[in-house]
Amino acid sequence: MWPLLQIELLKIFRKPRTYISFVAIAVMVWLIQLAFYADGESYLKFGMQALTNSFDVHGKVLNGYLVCYIILQTFLMQVPLLIALVAGDMIAGEANMGTLRLLLTKPAGRGELLAAKFTATFIYTVSLLIWMAVLALAGSILIFGVGDLMILRGSEVDLHLVGDVIWRYAAAFGFATVAMTTVAALAFLLSVFAENAVGPIVATVSVVIVFTILSTMDIPFFNHVKPFLFTTHMIAWKGFFYTPVPWSAIWVSFGILMGHILLLGGAAWIAFKKKDILC
Amino acid sequence: MAAIAQIKRLTKKFHTLTAVEDLSFTVEEGDVYGFLGQNGAGKSTTLRMLLSLVSPTSGAIELLGMNLATHRKEILREIGAVIEQPELYTFLSALENLQLFSRLSGRPLKRPQLMEQLELVGLAGRAKDAVSTYSMGMKQRLGLAVALVHDPQLLILDEPTNGLDPQGIADIRNLILHLSRDRKKTLIISSHLLSEVQVLATRILIIDKGRKVVEGAADQLLDPADTMVLLETLDNAGARAKLGQSPWASSLQPSIDKETILLKMDKQQIPAFNEDLVRLHIGVVRLEPRHTLEDYFLHLTTSSQHVAPFAN
Repeated sequence: MWPLLQIELLKIFRKPRTYISFVAIAVMVWLIQLAFYADGESYLKFGMQALTNSFDVHGKVLNGYLVCYIILQTFLMQVPLLIALVAGDMIAGEANMGTLRLLLTKPAGRGELLAAKFTATFIYTVSLLIWMAVLALAGSILIFGVGDLMILRGSEVDLHLVGDVIWRYAAAFGFATVAMTTVAALAFLLSVFAENAVGPIVATVSVVIVFTILSTMDIPFFNHVKPFLFTTHMIAWKGFFYTPVPWSAIWVSFGILMGHILLLGGAAWIAFKKKDILC
Repeated sequence: MAAIAQIKRLTKKFHTLTAVEDLSFTVEEGDVYGFLGQNGAGKSTTLRMLLSLVSPTSGAIELLGMNLATHRKEILREIGAVIEQPELYTFLSALENLQLFSRLSGRPLKRPQLMEQLELVGLAGRAKDAVSTYSMGMKQRLGLAVALVHDPQLLILDEPTNGLDPQGIADIRNLILHLSRDRKKTLIISSHLLSEVQVLATRILIIDKGRKVVEGAADQLLDPADTMVLLETLDNAGARAKLGQSPWASSLQPSIDKETILLKMDKQQIPAFNEDLVRLHIGVVRLEPRHTLEDYFLHLTTSSQHVAPFAN
């Protein structure tokens, strides 16, 4: 499978479209960092009004760790879109170009080809998240320095000492990789059924938006379906910043996301093996 | 000669549409096998089944002595194909495309060998240019280079001159002749253009509406001694029954439609046949000899809607 994977990676990273995601993330991260650099203190003052009425807060609250946390929260919707842009193109894009039929006339198994394509999509997802981590975490630390991380969560405050933060980010990015791979798997499955990349990309983004709305709306009627939506579990990375860390809830979310990946990947596998290539 | 392809009772149904029905044919080693039919006759679907792009509803495909259903990989290692337009990765150069597909074919070639392949199709001078800058003819030639990159025994070309200008058509035709004569490749070429197949093919299969109409050696089908006679009568069913009982029974060909009866005979026999029609009290409306393969093809596929392009 190694030559197939190399070829798939070559195709992904030689396409200009791939770099749209990297540029988009860089622009978004830099804009947030610029905004906090220019006006961060007054923004924080406003945000912490309720807290400062009752407590004296000392130290460097606006630091690289906090800015990175805010960036991660903001990107909840954007990164799945960027993942879908490449994952949704993997099969449907080739079908649209007409290269899928050429690929499948070569002596590689359909399963092997699909596995290589999915692995390449995973590598792209990981690359994108590493890029985001470098810009959002390393970049923010470089600009704003380090300090204790204080997070306001409803009526609670989570405070993490400076030496107790990095592992949380490592775990959060690791979890985000699983969450984004779930989105990639969904886009990949839809891509198998389409002959144009636009369909699976739009469909994936639509599913993520609708599910996210359902996941975040606090309406009793929707509360019953929330545990079954993958978007509910995609935000479990936030748990790494809670005190104490809700390990069991995180593991459940991890298991559910992995289950989604296997289910969606398996469905893609079956559909692709049976697919008649007519385009 | 050994059979390179043996297709037995192949059928493909898409829901209610039957694209290919009970199709059987054999391609011998060294053949340039012309696969002829109007647009929508089922040529591309058949070729896609030979390449395992489309799974048959029923029937068996044996290529290079192996069953396609059980030896897909082994068979595809020995097949090169261009299906319709040779779509390639336009953001890569010709050399990169060729390199990529040579690796996929399981026989990775070094740069000098890849350049030789590009030389063969006349693209060595543009090897490093992105394919997006190529003309249709150049893409077609590059498609052939990709199909040939692993030195396959069998080449399957679906409408290889589609969309090309006269010079492009001549280039591809010469290349196919070179591959057949000098490099001893077996080729299956589909086309809806009789003139193209007539020049290249050693054997011809004509299909219409997914069914085999006729198969034979090109020179045999073109032989004036085997003139096709088109007969239209007041009562075709009755006429067919009477002819079936007469000495002309062996000349009767399978029916294509209800309006006509088709017979194959020597041109010299037509007057005697005419006399017998009178003697058998068959009310003749039309008796028309078809001399050329083009006439033949036109008649065989006349029930289809695309007659105009052939009627010069």
